Amino acid sequence: MALDQSFVGRSYPPTDPYEVGREKIREFAAAIGDPHPAYTDPEAAKALGHPDVIAPPTFVFLVAFKAAGRVIHDPELGLDYSRVVHGDQKFAYRRPVRAGDRLTVTTTIDSIKSLAGNDVLDVRGDVHDESGELVVTAWIKLVARAAEEG
Amino acid sequence: MTAKIAYADVEVGTELPAQVFRLTRATLVEYAGASGDFNPIHWNEKFAKEVGLPDVIAHGMLTMAEAARVVTDWTGDPGAVVEYGVRFTKPVVVPNDDEGATVEVSGKVAAKLDDNQVRVDLTAMFAGQKVLGMSRAVVRLA
Repeated sequence: MALDQSFVGRSYPPTDPYEVGREKIREFAAAIGDPHPAYTDPEAAKALGHPDVIAPPTFVFLVAFKAAGRVIHDPELGLDYSRVVHGDQKFAYRRPVRAGDRLTVTTTIDSIKSLAGNDVLDVRGDVHDESGELVVTAWIKLVARAAEEG
Repeated sequence: MTAKIAYADVEVGTELPAQVFRLTRATLVEYAGASGDFNPIHWNEKFAKEVGLPDVIAHGMLTMAEAARVVTDWTGDPGAVVEYGVRFTKPVVVPNDDEGATVEVSGKVAAKLDDNQVRVDLTAMFAGQKVLGMSRAVVRLA
């Protein structure tokens, strides 16, 4: 069954702050096999003009996707998560995420479309730091494959 | 932000150094732990096959992270990335062996934009097929 169009434009309240830790960035960089020193060495990051170690570009997905869980698991929306695949992912950065950031995410449903029986959901996460400045916007496209007949 | 590549030195068509990334089951388990994405399609062969996949597949976000390295290693400053987006078009299938899966990523400058920014188009190949579509990054150069 197609998802309710009236959810388009709906925003969910900001998440509690996610505090970005140096060691979490180190763990993430190791997991993607990226030895760039700006991820682990504060001095190397400072040499590039950053106040502390920065996170790899896709790190913030952890925070944005967790926030998107409010949409995914919203019982009123009724998305069948067992049929959901990640279609597209996009980020727009005002600055890199860095250690010490306390990030909150405001999640909004940008669009709901029905394509060939699949529900296509565009979810936007606006990620702000403690001072309220926008750090990054993450767009997550989720595709809920059509249920089989019967 | 201090990219080591100068805007004046690149043209549309400038190629970025290509890279090859190897993903094994161990890589996927490590990424699952670091990212918190414990979807069993990324580590449990039985489950993956039950939901119609040929085998365990890599996290799309892991492939996206690897592809970004072609850009961040080129600019020298990962903080120079202004925009980055991909479409997940094909799964990267990771067999349970020592070889794992090999993803080859190349990139070239597709457009020169204002404010010392360029758009880089990336191509990620696995087993002869593109696994990312519309894979584009905008970066600010020196």
